[in-house]
Amino acid sequence: MKKIGCIVLSVLLTCSLLAATIRVGKPHAINSIKAAIKQSRAGDTILVAAGLYKEGNIVVNKRLVLLGENFPELDGQHKYEVLTITADSTIVKGFRVQHSGHASLDDPGGIKILEANYVVIEGNVLYDNFFGVYVQYGKHCVIKNNSLVAFGKEEQQIGNGVHCWKSDSLQIIGNNISGHRDGIYFEFVTGSVIWRNISTGNIRYGLHFMFSNNDSYFTNTFKNNGAGVAVMYSKQVTMMNNNFEQNWGDAAYGLLLKEISDSYISGNQFRKNTSGIWMEGTSRIKMERNAFVQNGWAMQVQASCMDNLITDNNFIANTFDMGTNGDVVLNTVASNYWDKCEGYDLDRNGFADVPFRPLSMFSVVVEKNPSAMLLFRSFLVSLLDRSEKIFPSLTPEQFLDKSPRMKPLPL
Amino acid sequence: MIRVEAVSKKFGKLQVLQQVDLICNSGECIALIGPNGCGKTTLIKSILNMVIPDSGRILVNEKDISGDYLYRSDIGYMPQIGRYPENMNVGQVIETIQTLRGTGKAVDTDLYDAYQMSQLLSKRMNTLSGGTRQKVSAVLAFMFNPGILILDEPTAGLDPLAAEILKEKIMAEMQRKKLVMITSHLLSELEDIVSEVVFMQDGSVAFHKSNAALKADTGKDSIAKAISHILREQAS
Amino acid sequence: MKKITRFVLTDILRNRIVIAYAVLMAVLSWTVFNMEDTGSKGVLTLLNIVLLVVPLVSVLFSTIYIYNSAEFIELLLSQPVKRPQIWLSLFGGLSISFIIAFALAVGLPLFLYADFHQAVILFATGCLLSAIFVALAFLAAIMSRDKAKGVGVSILLWLYFALLFDGLVLFLMFQFADYPIEKPMVLLSATSPLDLARILNLMQIDASAMMGYTGAIFKNYFGSGWGVVLSFGLLLAWALVPFWISLRIFKRKDL
Repeated sequence: MKKIGCIVLSVLLTCSLLAATIRVGKPHAINSIKAAIKQSRAGDTILVAAGLYKEGNIVVNKRLVLLGENFPELDGQHKYEVLTITADSTIVKGFRVQHSGHASLDDPGGIKILEANYVVIEGNVLYDNFFGVYVQYGKHCVIKNNSLVAFGKEEQQIGNGVHCWKSDSLQIIGNNISGHRDGIYFEFVTGSVIWRNISTGNIRYGLHFMFSNNDSYFTNTFKNNGAGVAVMYSKQVTMMNNNFEQNWGDAAYGLLLKEISDSYISGNQFRKNTSGIWMEGTSRIKMERNAFVQNGWAMQVQASCMDNLITDNNFIANTFDMGTNGDVVLNTVASNYWDKCEGYDLDRNGFADVPFRPLSMFSVVVEKNPSAMLLFRSFLVSLLDRSEKIFPSLTPEQFLDKSPRMKPLPL
Repeated sequence: MIRVEAVSKKFGKLQVLQQVDLICNSGECIALIGPNGCGKTTLIKSILNMVIPDSGRILVNEKDISGDYLYRSDIGYMPQIGRYPENMNVGQVIETIQTLRGTGKAVDTDLYDAYQMSQLLSKRMNTLSGGTRQKVSAVLAFMFNPGILILDEPTAGLDPLAAEILKEKIMAEMQRKKLVMITSHLLSELEDIVSEVVFMQDGSVAFHKSNAALKADTGKDSIAKAISHILREQAS
Repeated sequence: MKKITRFVLTDILRNRIVIAYAVLMAVLSWTVFNMEDTGSKGVLTLLNIVLLVVPLVSVLFSTIYIYNSAEFIELLLSQPVKRPQIWLSLFGGLSISFIIAFALAVGLPLFLYADFHQAVILFATGCLLSAIFVALAFLAAIMSRDKAKGVGVSILLWLYFALLFDGLVLFLMFQFADYPIEKPMVLLSATSPLDLARILNLMQIDASAMMGYTGAIFKNYFGSGWGVVLSFGLLLAWALVPFWISLRIFKRKDL
């Protein structure tokens, strides 16, 4: 037993002796990262001093640890992809990666992980790149605490912040992303988690899911993007404790759900969006304990949605709580708090004794005739709305919350 | 002096003034009399530019009044029924008119003192009786030493004592060569002060005679009798 | 001129109805903000009150006040004062006192409780609506010598802007639903001061919803800085033009 212990120890020692640290930068012998990579062996650490490195496309094809001291600048001169990682378990930390090429054909990125697993990209600044961090066929990669800033003006002329394609088990954590097309983009990505990111001011979506199943995103903030989050053609997505804020404009949503099923939405805040949630072709989703505050429409449920459960949410100070384009009601809305509910609670069980109709007549009118919005809140319209609440004629009669709460949930 | 030249006025279809000519000189006290609806008040209002004539012109102190407003600083006007903003007190009303007229000028406080206005200053207008309001109107009309006084039914509503004070004041003003124009139904009250009588009928001046001439022509000893004599003659 | 304005002003500000109006608005505003849990919901409730009560009280009181001032106007006319000055002073006095009443009653709680931008717009539109409906009262009063008729006209004016106009717009909207009517509708809304004021406020309160769907149209017309300036310009015109017309008539009017 002792012998084995000795052997393990000695092997470990030799290994650590073998792994060298190569220093790059002005005060050192080697001034080029490319040269350092050429010299290195798998497992080495390359320590890069602060400075400007214009080396075109740097390819990391060995298992290396790249560490930047005081954010050395890797500059792609608007021509090259800056850093391409093809080796498993590579770590890139503390760099400022900037000015990648802007050709749209081969999708140049600030950092691209190409068919590599267990790669860690941590604590970097990605500035003015076409794509920020691009993951293609990557598994178990970690993208953590990076800051990604770009200055896109049009959808076609800028890439996504964190772009993941055909990958699995990724962790996207604590990144700050702005000015890209989509803040974070998932296509054919499975089993991954997105946590504590802040995605603001991106041109299209803060976060965009396409054909990505079994993923979750928690505690992110999506603010002031073209639209907050779009989840499309996906299954089993968990969305919890996120903030969706100020996604304003024509076709702007906090959360767009399109053709998705079997998902769970809970604990999120939807604040000041044109539409808090827009859902179409959505089924078997449970939505609970979310707060909808000051949105134009808290939820717009298209007729193509069915078997969804909307329960225990707060609806406060929204212009319209619900909107729909259909007459049939295939979803369950129950036990929510609606600030527009004027019900009474004689049996004191915390729920109003009369059902609440969250669908205002005027929201139906506006759906059919958008310019009618001009008359919103006029005396006449308020009168019509009130009478509609008592005798529904334009709105589906069964569209109601049978047990609305008297007090908001503590969310 | 006031000179009215061929003034006509229609209210809708009703011809209220028809080619009215009238000359009133300083030092005269003119009684403007006539049956109800004969155009007395309209004529007065035309002189004050409250009613704008359809044709003809009016000169006050030799100046055409159309488009002018400063000429009114030489006119003191006492309306038939003086109604004032209800929430103001007497002092504020007097003060306001005083500022409009220009604060620098010396004011005539004879009536102000005679009617003991200083005790009423803090009274609100809506608490005043009709007679007291008339007193306020009279005070305001005489206060600023105007050369022309236009008094519309001045004694109506005044108690005999106040009316007497007013009459004395009018006579005093005539002594100072002022022009006084009075409309009244109570002809007997005007008896002693009136120097000229203008009788209006159906929107035009039926006659304009001096007090003495009127009495002589009709052979009566009072204006009231003279007028009723004329009216009776017309009827027959 | 200043003197008459001050005269009218002090008279109206001590008027029981105006005091009652100010007290009512103050009580309403304070209770609204104390009862509603969010400031912006309070602003909404207040907006509805402002859009109904301010125009009604302004137009009705002013019309009656103008008729009741007939003798005062006569008194002033017998003084060496220009005619337009009297009318202007009356208008100044009435509109300023209604603005003061509104500002004191509503302004204070509004700025204390509500979001600043919402408060500014509601405050500004409230003041302008006061002036606009005072101006409409001048128009109603000058049109007819008969007090009952004038008051009737002023109530009709209020009813038209508060209710009938919107009904008309709604009717047109559905008659021409198949055509691109957004732009004409925006133009049409400019022909009612109440609608203009309401939309200006909605751009602040229901910003999220107003930015949607027809967002582009609304944003272009009412959302941009120029749109706001233009809208306020139009509101100002709504106050000045009716008054100007009434002034022209008053200049030639027999009293």
